[in-house]
Amino acid sequence: MSAQGDWEHRLGHFGRYGGRFVPEALIAALDQLDEAYRKASGDPAFTEEFGRLLREYANCPSPLYLAERLSARAGARILLKREDLNHTGAHKVRNVLGQALLTKRMGKPRIIAETGAGQHGVASATAAALFDLECVVYMGEEDTRRQALNVTRMELLGARVISVTTGSRTLKDAINEALRDWVTNVDTTHYLLGTAAGPHPFPTMVRQFVSGIGVEARQQCLAAIGGLPDAVCACVGGGSNAIGAFHAFIPDPGVRLFGFEAGGEGVETGRHAASITGGAVGVLHGARTYLLQDADGQTIESHSISAGLDYPAVGPEHALLNDQGRAAYEPVTDAEAMEAFGLLCRTEGIIPAIESSHAVAGALRIVPRLAEELGREPTIVICLSGRGDKDVDTAGRYFGMLS
Amino acid sequence: MNPLAAVRTAVAFEKARAAGRAALVGYLPAGFPTVDGATTAIRTMIDAGADIVEVGFPYSDPVMDGPVIQRATEAALAGGIHLADLMRTVEAVSTAGAPVLVMTYWNPVERYGVARFARDLANAGGAGLITPDLIPDEADEWLAASDDHELDRVFLVAPSSGQQRMAMTAQACRGFVYAASVMGVTGARATVSDAAPVLVEQVRSLCDQPVAVGLGVTNGEQAAQVAAYADGVIVGSALVRCLLDAPDLSSGLTALGALSRDLAAGVAAR
Repeated sequence: MSAQGDWEHRLGHFGRYGGRFVPEALIAALDQLDEAYRKASGDPAFTEEFGRLLREYANCPSPLYLAERLSARAGARILLKREDLNHTGAHKVRNVLGQALLTKRMGKPRIIAETGAGQHGVASATAAALFDLECVVYMGEEDTRRQALNVTRMELLGARVISVTTGSRTLKDAINEALRDWVTNVDTTHYLLGTAAGPHPFPTMVRQFVSGIGVEARQQCLAAIGGLPDAVCACVGGGSNAIGAFHAFIPDPGVRLFGFEAGGEGVETGRHAASITGGAVGVLHGARTYLLQDADGQTIESHSISAGLDYPAVGPEHALLNDQGRAAYEPVTDAEAMEAFGLLCRTEGIIPAIESSHAVAGALRIVPRLAEELGREPTIVICLSGRGDKDVDTAGRYFGMLS
Repeated sequence: MNPLAAVRTAVAFEKARAAGRAALVGYLPAGFPTVDGATTAIRTMIDAGADIVEVGFPYSDPVMDGPVIQRATEAALAGGIHLADLMRTVEAVSTAGAPVLVMTYWNPVERYGVARFARDLANAGGAGLITPDLIPDEADEWLAASDDHELDRVFLVAPSSGQQRMAMTAQACRGFVYAASVMGVTGARATVSDAAPVLVEQVRSLCDQPVAVGLGVTNGEQAAQVAAYADGVIVGSALVRCLLDAPDLSSGLTALGALSRDLAAGVAAR
């Protein structure tokens, strides 16, 4: 693991990526968070408490499920890491439990969070209820309309949802608004960022909280098939489920890592959210990374059928993994993702999140390539990062079942 | 190379100090209500007594800005403002009698190319750059480029910065140190923070740069309060509001001139 340790050596940088591009007013809070996180990660009591919550409350470890009918269709042995079975329906619960525990340790009574699809907002509201914290969730006005059910969920859990009407009124603007709140209320408030992006220590800390995905999958894979997979596939928006799935496998040279970005209507149309494939290096929301931007450095709005991937940048560790060639990033279009969504529903009886459907579609795409390289049927772990209950309306409309 | 520009900010502070008053630092965004309208507005502000000008570059994700500046910069972006327009604006106001610093979030500079930005800003007659989301820890490229082109570089300090960071930041500054006196985004406030005098004293004990206080000043009376302990009084949202609230540019300019005169009288009345 020394390679990863080195990347982070210089104040949370991953090679040239990451860092802290934030107002000075936030630096003290980031330092406080970094210190609390370091102390906690070395404290057996914290590890124990976090582990107990994951087991007893969040339903982790999630199963690694051999999807036989899908495997037969794909011509590969496909193992699904069932993060969709976690409490609140996605991998996000791992991160919020970790950060909520830290919030308690820092003695802060209030958390704020941003949310796109509402999954991170729901997870944050859940943790806030569990830990008796005040919770405010910023959500773009556009998204509150697209995901009305999740707004109600958050409110049922006792959170206040603030509809953001600035900028493009989506996830990136919700993050801007949360940062403004944080700058103003930093003494009492922890910003519970939902992905492995943002200023140091968020990319490292969030990755550690979700890294159980890969650690579990690696052990489960060894136990189930007596070896490691040929590839691990995950969808990439901000990139938390992907970095969580990848991280334990980085030192295994035989395991290929694939991140599938939201290709929207096709990268060539400009209407997509593929920051690595279709973006350029810059600075957004506190970190240097790949982002969608114009010639003046203004952020370009992203587009994806999946609200959870609809974000114009990506976590900085993915930027480095891409440049090093350790992970490969490819776009998957809305149409490809929806086809995979339908396939998983009907072959396995699993309604996946549209986000996770991008990973399924990407995995199906790489099967022939891997089979040819390996000269045999490949074994692929797909991180099924979330369940699709929240997407029933979108999918019903897409397939013409609802109007 | 623009050797004159590099000293102009210091000279403006020196001039104010010699006159026994604080310097008035006024902010307006480029491109609002139009590129030419902003140029006229900045000149109006200088004519009415602003000693130093901050020209903001509108940005898609302005996390430090409150609602007033956001409304103006969103309008400017919708009007199609580009970095070339920013440079043109700087050039057009750089001869109006006050040093002109650009205030911008970092990504546009990085996208343009840090060295190229510094060169073009210097060639346009700009005095330097204020960087609200760039801390000296991440600024190696800009420190080098600003030295090469003799541009001022202004970083922010906050009440939450510890002694060590404050010293490091103040020492990295050239021109002045920007003391963000309240924890929060830009915007006019009914009362000016009482953390500000302490913050200014702390910074003064750590460097020999002028210290200007920003975030919250609305009128001449508040400006006088801040001028009692700071070398410079920074006003942004209140000035922008003059243009936002006005039915047309000419009445906006009238209001802007009146407020600038009130603020200029305030900084002299300490």
